[in-house]
Amino acid sequence: MSDQLYQERIVALAKAKNGAGKLASPTRSARRDNPLCGDRVTIDVRLDDKGHIAEIAHQVRGCLLCQASASALSSIAVGRDKAGIAAIRHDAEKAIGREDGEAAEPFAAFAPVKSHKSRQECVLLPFEALAEALS
Amino acid sequence: MKLRRDSESPGDSKIRPDSAFLADLKVRSDFPLLVNNPGLHYLDSAATSQKPRVVLDALRDFYETANANPHRGAYALSVRATECYHQSRVRVAQFLGVRDSDCLIFTRGTTEGLNLVAGAWGMANVSSDDEIVVTAMDHHANFVPWQVLAMRRGAKFRVCELTPDGKIDLDFLSGLLNKRTKIVAVSHVSNALGTINPIAEVARLVREKTDAILVCDGAQSAPHFPVSFDSLGVDFYAFSGHKMLGPMGIGGLIGKREMLEEMPPYQTGGDMIEFVHDDRTTWNVLPYKFEAGTPNAANAIGLAAAVEYLDKIGMDRVRSHERALMSAAQERLAAIEGLHVYGPPASERSGVLSFTLGDVHPHDLATILDGEGVCIRAGHHCAQPLMDRFDLDGTTRVSMAPYNDNTDIDALLTGVAHAAKTLR
Repeated sequence: MSDQLYQERIVALAKAKNGAGKLASPTRSARRDNPLCGDRVTIDVRLDDKGHIAEIAHQVRGCLLCQASASALSSIAVGRDKAGIAAIRHDAEKAIGREDGEAAEPFAAFAPVKSHKSRQECVLLPFEALAEALS
Repeated sequence: MKLRRDSESPGDSKIRPDSAFLADLKVRSDFPLLVNNPGLHYLDSAATSQKPRVVLDALRDFYETANANPHRGAYALSVRATECYHQSRVRVAQFLGVRDSDCLIFTRGTTEGLNLVAGAWGMANVSSDDEIVVTAMDHHANFVPWQVLAMRRGAKFRVCELTPDGKIDLDFLSGLLNKRTKIVAVSHVSNALGTINPIAEVARLVREKTDAILVCDGAQSAPHFPVSFDSLGVDFYAFSGHKMLGPMGIGGLIGKREMLEEMPPYQTGGDMIEFVHDDRTTWNVLPYKFEAGTPNAANAIGLAAAVEYLDKIGMDRVRSHERALMSAAQERLAAIEGLHVYGPPASERSGVLSFTLGDVHPHDLATILDGEGVCIRAGHHCAQPLMDRFDLDGTTRVSMAPYNDNTDIDALLTGVAHAAKTLR
């Protein structure tokens, strides 16, 4: 059933809006669009002198899955560098069934997306935007 | 057979919702996909329609009894294929009120038909002093080809604004039109809102103020109410077979004979030539001049079967049925808190209902509805300029066809109520 996709944990992550908004003085910003569904994610980051994320904010114009993913990502991104974010992405990929293995929290919550291939890009779009900001 | 006339607007109040039609149009059992999926509620016919058994049978029958390359062979089978293809053109032309069936060019669909006019007539006739007018409600297929044409020829591309309820702003249109206007392109019916545009009034303005050609996107009108090209007042009309119960990959462009004869070919190759010499080529007569290569004969025959089926129902009944369903759906949806329906009043729309549910994203709503077996469309509906006017990322769109009934509306309502509870 598709409504199982919208389990309490995913809805709660979206509603938590961790990191929602803009940074006053970002070191870097990036925007990524999914032309297929119209989702748009803009990410601001402030980096410390070692290239680690000191502060992060996002704006999502998109579906609940994209909002939940951006919220989850923002909740654990601080203190990580490019490699650290890539490691989190592996958790997201595992959760949605694109990689083998067990996903760590908070992305384990996205397991119901595994059976909804057409919605998986919604979960990954915030990672695309953040990767671009860090590149 | 007598050709239809659409002297009465399809939005005319003389055509009233009539619950008797709802009881009358019990045609779901004619559609194998729906019969095989009794729990499915298909409300996305503006994207593509389901196909009745008679269409599937016509395709199979052609391949089993008449398959050969039309216009190519002296042998009896090819002659039969040619005859079937010819008859399908005559039948579809009759359905769309075209007395001169040679003026109906088979294409892959509306998009190809519109690109044909832009590429052939447009490239030959538009120059840097000219202007091209479209409307903000047009599907990308009736927007981008003209935008690209304008860029290629250095012409001015102008977009007619809409009224707040999603109709063409005729005063704005009138202000855009002048003697430099070379092409005016409008949709007969908005795919995103269902607005039925006053083509006769648009044509009057275009004739009064310009020497332009008037091109009509008929993708969302031909499937839903009677259309007569000969009395519509436009120069070109493009349509898609797959939206009117026919197969995918077939549609048509209807044009006025003098314009089609003056236009250069769109594509070149086999079948569209008269004589080919080392130093020159001359073109075949209409309609073959615009049908280079092996035609999609099987699907043209399938389309002819589809229009035969629609004619048996009667397009006035199709219109009444869809309008009654759409009105019933709108009345019930409007009771849901935070639900907003876009577009003009139901009496001025075809069987399309476009709405938002508070801040619930249309894709989330579509996914929940899918879980209830309800197929609808979510997103910008290939009408991004329209979404920009309403400051929307997208809407949820419900669209009707003859096979829909009240059970589809019940399932829709259940799904939307479920989504409202889950997502808000």
